Amino acid sequence: MAKFIKSDKGGIPGISTASLPDIVFMILMFFMVSTSMRQTDRKVLVSMPAASEIAKLDRKDLASYIYIGQPTSQYQAQYGTDSRIQLNDSFRTIDDIRDFIASERENLSEADRPFMTVSIKADKDTRMGIITDVKQELRRCSALKIMYGARKGAEVHH
Amino acid sequence: MASKKTPEINGGSMADISFLMLIFFLMVTTMDKEEGLSRRLPPIPTEDQKVNRRNIIQVKINSNDRLFAGNELMDVSQLKDKIKEFLLNPNDDPNLPEKEMKTIEGYGEYPVSKGVISLQNDRGTTYSKYIEVQNELIRAVNEIRDEFSMVTYGKKYAKLDEDRQEIVRKAIPQNISEAEPKDVKKR
Repeated sequence: MAKFIKSDKGGIPGISTASLPDIVFMILMFFMVSTSMRQTDRKVLVSMPAASEIAKLDRKDLASYIYIGQPTSQYQAQYGTDSRIQLNDSFRTIDDIRDFIASERENLSEADRPFMTVSIKADKDTRMGIITDVKQELRRCSALKIMYGARKGAEVHH
Repeated sequence: MASKKTPEINGGSMADISFLMLIFFLMVTTMDKEEGLSRRLPPIPTEDQKVNRRNIIQVKINSNDRLFAGNELMDVSQLKDKIKEFLLNPNDDPNLPEKEMKTIEGYGEYPVSKGVISLQNDRGTTYSKYIEVQNELIRAVNEIRDEFSMVTYGKKYAKLDEDRQEIVRKAIPQNISEAEPKDVKKR
């Protein structure tokens, strides 16, 4: 009666993992499409203020970023806790903004230059003094299109 | 005779490989959204425009984050209505900005307000307060634009097409001037 001998000894059959690669690939694709490469290492802490009337930056490739905020903890020993400006990957001062803007402008094509936007990403506890200085310097470099970074938040009051 | 079959490639490690790539992408990319308040700075040689006194409202934030609009202390929640009243001037108050009849292409004549909002801040003002006030100013203008486009086109400003948005922008300009840095005294 060999016909009735079960070949495997009962139990639950193993779950097939054949579709696992497909699933993971799908997640991978999602992340590749929806995220963008990190350009710089943040060296300052920026927690942006909330606003309700925010607009989206329509062309990310035309934007240059100025980060303003307190240095992160590993840099505080060296740079203190006062608000600092970060351009590209390093701490800079107001005087470096001119060169920074000039080089950013250089990188854009001739046709795109008038549309260059400077995105100021400042921490919400920053004092306006440093931001005013940055704004004045930007005006001197005639980089007039700016954007104050803010995150979409509920209206603070009614 | 044994049939010759090409051996199948073992796909078992595919999952591991794709997991590795997934983790790599998780590490090196960000999901930051680029959003904020778009503004245009005035060019540096600001020709001192002679602005009639009634056409300008001074919005000041002092170093203690106190807000003054048109020389009276107020809370941020009151600012929007104050600005709307200033820009609309519904009763043609002689102390509020004058209006100028302008011909807008595609619309016709519309009394455009000449009001300018002058925003001043102290070096000690916090950025969050500054953005909050900026946000209120923009909100006031956006609400006026919405009202105007509701009356004229029956739609909100954001839902209009590009040409009509242009008309609304011309009818209700956003004149927010970020003044030269000046120290606003504590009061």
